[in-house]
Amino acid sequence: MTRHEPLDLKKAEISGGVATDRRHDSAHKHVTGEAVYIDDMAEPAGTLHAYLGLSTVAHGIIKSMDLGAVAAAPGVVAVLTHEDVPGTNDISPAGLDDEPIFAPDKVQFLGQPVFAVVAETREQARRACSLARIEYEDLPALIDIAEAGEDARLVTKPLTLQRGSVGPALQAAPRRISGRMRVGGQDHFYLEGQIAFAMPGEDQDVTVHSSTQHPSEVQHMVAHALGAPSHAVTVEVRRMGGGFGGKETQANLFAAVAAIAAKKTGRPVKIRPDRDDDMTATGKRHDFLIDYDVGFDEEGRILGVDFTYSARCGFSADLSGPVTDRALFHCDNTYYYPSVRAISRPLYTNTVSNTAFRGFGGPQGMLGAERIIDEVAFALGRDPLEIRKRNLYGETDRNVTPYHQTVEDSEAARVIEELEISAGYADRRREIAEFNERSPIVKRGIALTPVKFGISFTATHFNQAGALVHVYTDGSIHLNHGGTEMGQGLYVKVAQIVAEEFQVDIEQVKITATTTGKVPNTSATAASSGSDLNGMAAQNAARQIKDRLIDFATGQYEVPKEQIEFLPGRVRVGNQEIPFAELVRQAYMARIQLSAAGFYKTPKIHWNRDKGKGRPFYYFAYGAACSEVSVDTLTGEYVVERTDILHETGRSLNRAIDIGQIEGGFIQGMGWLTTEELVWDDKGRLRTHAPSTYKIPLASDRPKIFNVELADWGENREKTVHRSKAVGEPPFMLAMSVLHALSDAVASVAGHKICPRLDAPATPERVLMAVERLRAEG
Amino acid sequence: MPEIRHQIRFLLNESDVSLAEVAPDEMLLDYLRLRRRLTGTKEGCAEGDCGACTVLVGRIAGDELVYEAVNACIRFLGSLDGCHVVTVEHLKRTDGTLHPVQQALVDHHGSQCGFCTPGFVMSLYALWMRSPQPSDQAIDKALQGNLCRCTGYEPIVKAARAITGYGAPQADPLHGERARVRARLSAMADGSRVEIGKGANRLLVPADVDDLAEILQAEPNATIVAGSTDVGLWVTKFMRDIAPAVFIGGLGALRAIEEGTAGITFGAGVSYSDAFSVLSGRIPPLGRLIDRIGGDQVRNMGTIGGNIANGSPIGDMPPPLIALGGSLTLRKGDTRRTIALEDYFIDYGKQDRAPGEFVEKIHVPLPNPDARFAVWKVSKRRDEDITAVLGAFNVTVRDGSVAQARIAYGGMAATPRRAKAVEAALVGRPWSQETVDAALAAYEVDFTPISDMRASAEYRMMAAKNLLRRFYLATSGGAMPLEVARYEVAQ
Ligand SMILES: Cc1cc2nc3c(=O)[nH]c(=O)nc-3n(C[C@@H](O)[C@@H](O)[C@H](O)COP(=O)(O)OP(=O)(O)OC[C@H]3O[C@@H](n4cnc5c(N)ncnc54)[C@H](O)[C@@H]3O)c2cc1C
Ligand code: FES
Ligand code: FES
Repeated sequence: MTRHEPLDLKKAEISGGVATDRRHDSAHKHVTGEAVYIDDMAEPAGTLHAYLGLSTVAHGIIKSMDLGAVAAAPGVVAVLTHEDVPGTNDISPAGLDDEPIFAPDKVQFLGQPVFAVVAETREQARRACSLARIEYEDLPALIDIAEAGEDARLVTKPLTLQRGSVGPALQAAPRRISGRMRVGGQDHFYLEGQIAFAMPGEDQDVTVHSSTQHPSEVQHMVAHALGAPSHAVTVEVRRMGGGFGGKETQANLFAAVAAIAAKKTGRPVKIRPDRDDDMTATGKRHDFLIDYDVGFDEEGRILGVDFTYSARCGFSADLSGPVTDRALFHCDNTYYYPSVRAISRPLYTNTVSNTAFRGFGGPQGMLGAERIIDEVAFALGRDPLEIRKRNLYGETDRNVTPYHQTVEDSEAARVIEELEISAGYADRRREIAEFNERSPIVKRGIALTPVKFGISFTATHFNQAGALVHVYTDGSIHLNHGGTEMGQGLYVKVAQIVAEEFQVDIEQVKITATTTGKVPNTSATAASSGSDLNGMAAQNAARQIKDRLIDFATGQYEVPKEQIEFLPGRVRVGNQEIPFAELVRQAYMARIQLSAAGFYKTPKIHWNRDKGKGRPFYYFAYGAACSEVSVDTLTGEYVVERTDILHETGRSLNRAIDIGQIEGGFIQGMGWLTTEELVWDDKGRLRTHAPSTYKIPLASDRPKIFNVELADWGENREKTVHRSKAVGEPPFMLAMSVLHALSDAVASVAGHKICPRLDAPATPERVLMAVERLRAEG
Repeated sequence: MPEIRHQIRFLLNESDVSLAEVAPDEMLLDYLRLRRRLTGTKEGCAEGDCGACTVLVGRIAGDELVYEAVNACIRFLGSLDGCHVVTVEHLKRTDGTLHPVQQALVDHHGSQCGFCTPGFVMSLYALWMRSPQPSDQAIDKALQGNLCRCTGYEPIVKAARAITGYGAPQADPLHGERARVRARLSAMADGSRVEIGKGANRLLVPADVDDLAEILQAEPNATIVAGSTDVGLWVTKFMRDIAPAVFIGGLGALRAIEEGTAGITFGAGVSYSDAFSVLSGRIPPLGRLIDRIGGDQVRNMGTIGGNIANGSPIGDMPPPLIALGGSLTLRKGDTRRTIALEDYFIDYGKQDRAPGEFVEKIHVPLPNPDARFAVWKVSKRRDEDITAVLGAFNVTVRDGSVAQARIAYGGMAATPRRAKAVEAALVGRPWSQETVDAALAAYEVDFTPISDMRASAEYRMMAAKNLLRRFYLATSGGAMPLEVARYEVAQ
């Protein structure tokens, strides 16, 4: 803003305040290609490029390693192995010392980094990598968790949730079914791959530009690897080209290697793996085997459930503990279990270490719940939706979760009811039955599935955030906070909150890159918590400055506090109105501090993991989706005919951004449950390591008719920022409606009397196999 | 021998480029990002599947200047002689106004992380130029080669529908400047051969087809590069050495399509997109098949000749062309021979092509007027996916019994192959459910498919058989509908 711009003192509203459909702050830079991602940054003269040398066996002892040809290759400046790590050769986010940067003597999965090459160009580094000669002595490798024995090794401590006595309940139940569900993993397929760019500084200093959701952790890991204090390491990230959980811990490796190389060579070093290496060497969503045993009555009321959730965790713990915990936290979805036991088995495997991915185990947990709904429905010959409704959490009773938190805010019944009507569920179900009567080859199916997702990090201490706000003497505002921008629109939401506080146009608020130098000790931007936490911290910072301005105005103009009000672009002080910038300038002259560090921590939550009891979640986010599919019973191919979504966001900070999260989350979830298939061969080699073999949804896979509505009837009952609700992860699980619609279509070939037990991803192959099985049994 | 020029020349946005140093395997994307610091064009996969690297390439086709979306990540710099490369940086006006495509995306919240966005901008730009008010089907098709992991596509499609309200292509600089650009490109086409580099490490762009024949005589082991949708990946994924490389994509004579009453002859360099314009009318099942090969970018570059020459067991064009009884003309020096397409594929990785020989033409007979011809591709994802199983059926039924049957499959064996035992089980028998059921056993004689990441052997076999059942139902007016489809399929 320039000084000469005329000020509108009658302005009724600021632009870009809270609850406006503000577009993404970088939208105009995205479309022109001007938005700078790390690989686009101007490279200082002398920049070098690193590339990783990966193991070629799944489990083996390194017998010999000859990197002579690598070092002698054109352009090569340095070759790094575990011996070149100045500090600790470990980047385990769990602090278990189980994840080396470079494998020292033993490799534990195919694709594990063993060394790195640093060369003048990326191409030279990449080519040199292929010249390594490494001999391994093969060790037995566990790839598939179905082959894990009873006493199989776990990467971290398992969890048990228990309420009531499930054994007797199951025994007493009139009906009982047990089974197993296989749920596949998922690659994040962020469009921008992993990347880090390290600039060495003086002393021990290094600045790392890292495409990370968790700058503070990258900072700690780099410091750890360099043997330097945290203060020597600054990590910065302006934006990521997608994260989805894949850059919560997985960026650590690349940042550490770039930093080590930069300090060793004294030159800037960039590292960017190609897509295949990215997919081979970085963790993914955990695949699970869910064993279930459910007891129920003739009315379809669930009486008891016993679940075991076994997860392929890979060779190290990474985030597998909290991920498998969260799977258990969602084994109920929206349903009340009178008695329940759920056990996690975080299994060690000789595969890449699996990690966070949107939903963080929650989606896999919920699939278990929805599978047993299907089992009960088909066993009784009822519409699964009827069984869903029969088992919903109650308002005043039947409202305690398997982890002993009381569900105080159940919106599931209302969401389901409204969606059932708006989607015309009952009529369409009838029409589909008629269609299927007439159509022997193509079968239709429909399903309406709810979602209840717990909001908060289950590790209570992560639920804190910081922000830094400066107001400059021209009234323009610098905003910084610990959250990172990966496309989800966090930056613009937090800027809206700050603009709203000061009642200035959002254009006056400069959003700045996340950096550990401005806001320290931050949590990952994850668990859907970004705007809840950082929005609150920024609001807190803004309010501190506002309070100081009010105090100042009270003294300066001798008016009581109550007579000071922030109006759009101006401040009313008694009966005069002063432009915001003018008041700020006066405050500066009076030596008022115009900068503040904000802080927030989530109230009410607590969790005792050993007891399996507490209130891990501040609140729940709800939604439901109804999907209809057509299935070709000759090939298993299908299309999604229609999806209707009703999703609850509290008082939305930005409906446009929230709808974007819902649509995008749904499609991503649909990909996970349909065409995205990770295939490892028996040698432990990932065969689907690029988009040619790993198929995420395309535009032409989206539902033919796609209606998305926000359930904005309510505000969050808890005191969240402007009473909004988190929206990053919950919509992902709306895609369960597609899996269950497919299941419904398949079930039609046997008169809906046999549960199709459709595993995920339901590729055309799995669908056809299920059709064949039902035809044979039916 | 033609004149030899030692530079490639092309237009990049506004500027003339003349390069005397180009590695045979240098990619346009690297040139843009590393040499020119034009970083709006992104790398998401380096294999032609994600579209983040989409740029437009304008080339002179006959008298026209056509602009097509292509993947810069697998487009060799050496193949751009005489072309106009347009990148995302070219779209914004100098006064800062966004292009209609860009503004529509902004207004419809079409970007989240933004990394895919420049690629979508370029694909939609190409679509809007040729079809300012596209149908939803046309939009989906134009976006088959672009992945977005954030938005779920809905806002992008909404933006695509709305672009026309933001401006008409007539007002676009690429329209207004057409004559001038054409003149600049024509001036570059001086009829010479381009040769850059030394010894084996050379790239060559032949002056014409005769020159190509001559070059290959001298360099029988040179890599022929047509659309580079296969060869590009040899470089980006496998770091294979392709020098000396001979770029044939610009040879007009190889891009000719001759339409006759009995069939169509395609020059080996005809792209999928160009073939589509003829095949969608003359042999509609092939038009529909082409719609499912890669995305627009791949179809604009990739050729039928390359698909055949490459010899892959999962190439989509060979099975239907074999079913139709297609043939190839191969040329070595001045010697030509024509062979049945099915004889070209000898074994996995082995074809009937001598060193120095190249595919010049592909002859595709039209199906008999009384034959039923159908092609079905089955893949994990409907669009832009590689075939798990593909079946092509060319069956003539006379007086209720099967007079002729040519049935070929992809994905079922080491080469694209006819199902001869199945054919034998059908021919001479009544075209009935019983005959079809009885013929299914013959699949086990014809094929022993493998399991891989795309499909299990069991599924391949089951789907292959079921395609015959589908074919029977389709030709006997049986159960409808027979397929699931996003848009109505005219049978
Ligand atoms: C993203 C993507 C998706 C794809 N999807 C499909 C698909 O769905 N179905 C499918 O079938 N294919 C698919 N392909 C591969 C397909 O595009 C190629 O097989 C293409 O047809 C090859 O043509 P080209 O002109 O690009 O050949 P190039 O890559 O230039 O060459 C391919 C091979 O043919 C040789 N060659 C080319 N022209 C001649 C000639 N005239 N004479 C002799 N040899 C020659 C080359 O030397 C090379 O060995 C896909 C590729 C990509 C990148
Ligand atoms: S980078 Fe993915 S298509 Fe080119
Ligand atoms: S906006 Fe992130 S990939 Fe499309």
